[in-house]
Amino acid sequence: MSGAEVSLALSVFLACAVEAVEAFTIVLAVGTTRHWPAALAGTGAATLALAVVVAALGPALTVLPLGVLRVVVGGLLLTFGLQWLRKAILRAAGAKDKHDEEAIFAAERAEAAAAPAAAGFDAYAFAISFKAVLLEGLEVAFIVLTFGANQHDVGLAAAAAALAVAAVLGAGLALRAPLARVPENGMKFAVGVLLTSFGIFWGAEGAGADWPGGEAALGPLVAVILLAALAMVAEVRGRAAPEVAA
Amino acid sequence: MSPRRILAAITDFLVGDDPRLALAAAVAIGLTAVVCALGLSAWWLAPVVALAALWWTLRGARPSATSASKTSS
Repeated sequence: MSGAEVSLALSVFLACAVEAVEAFTIVLAVGTTRHWPAALAGTGAATLALAVVVAALGPALTVLPLGVLRVVVGGLLLTFGLQWLRKAILRAAGAKDKHDEEAIFAAERAEAAAAPAAAGFDAYAFAISFKAVLLEGLEVAFIVLTFGANQHDVGLAAAAAALAVAAVLGAGLALRAPLARVPENGMKFAVGVLLTSFGIFWGAEGAGADWPGGEAALGPLVAVILLAALAMVAEVRGRAAPEVAA
Repeated sequence: MSPRRILAAITDFLVGDDPRLALAAAVAIGLTAVVCALGLSAWWLAPVVALAALWWTLRGARPSATSASKTSS
C-alpha cells in the first residue's frame, strides 16, 4: 500500500467513524425513548438513500477528465477540510464547546420523550433517525466518492468506510450507550488536516501545478498543515478571554 | 420539499457554515490556475491562500471564560 493509499484509507476511516458515532447517538436516543422498529426503519431508509446517491454520482465522477475531476474534488475537499479544521481549532483552543455525545444523547432523549406519542408506527422516530443518518452520511458519501474516484480506488475508500461503520456499530451494540469515550474532537482535527491537505494537493494539481517530488509532496504538506493548525490553536488559546459581567 | 429548499440545502451542504472558507478554496485553486497559465511555478500558492484564509476566519475568536463541554455539532 502506498503512502497516498494509507492516507486515503485513514482519512475515510476517521471521517466515517466520527459521523457514524454522531448518527449512532441520535438513533440510540430515539430508539430507546420511542420505538426501535421505526428508528431502525429510518436508519435503513437513509442508508438506502445514501446508496442511491453513491450509485448515481459515482459513475458520473468517473467520466470527468482527470484535470477537471481533480479541480472539482480538490475544491470540495478543501472546502470541507477547512470547515472541519476551523471548528477543530476553535474547540481545541477553548473558543467553541466540545462535542459531547453524552450531552447530545440526553438532549435527544428529552426531546424524543417530549414529542407527542403516536399509535402504531412512530413517524417521529423514523424521521429523526432518517434525518440523522442521511445528514451525517452524506458528507462521508462525498468523501468516499471523491477520494475513491480521484485515486481510482473506490473499493479501498468504501472498505475503509464500511470498516469504520462496523467498528462503531460493534462498539455501540456492545456498550448499548453513546460512544462518549471515542476521542471525537481529536479525530475531527485529524480529518480536517487530512481533507485540507488532499484538497490542496489535488486542487493545485488539477489547476496545473507540479508538486516537487510528485505524490511524495503529500507527506510534507500534511505536516505543514498540521503544524500551522497547531500554531493557530496555541495563538487563539493565548488571546484574552472576553470579560464576563458580574 | 420545494426546489428552492432543495437548492438551499445543497448550497448549505457544499458551502458549509462559513462561506468565506468555500470562497477561499475557490480562490486558492483559481489563483493557482492563473499563475500556472502564466508559466510560473504555483504549487506553493494554494497552501498559502488556504492557511491565510483559515487564519483570517479565526481572527475574532477568543477562548470562552468557561469552556464547558456542550452539544455543538
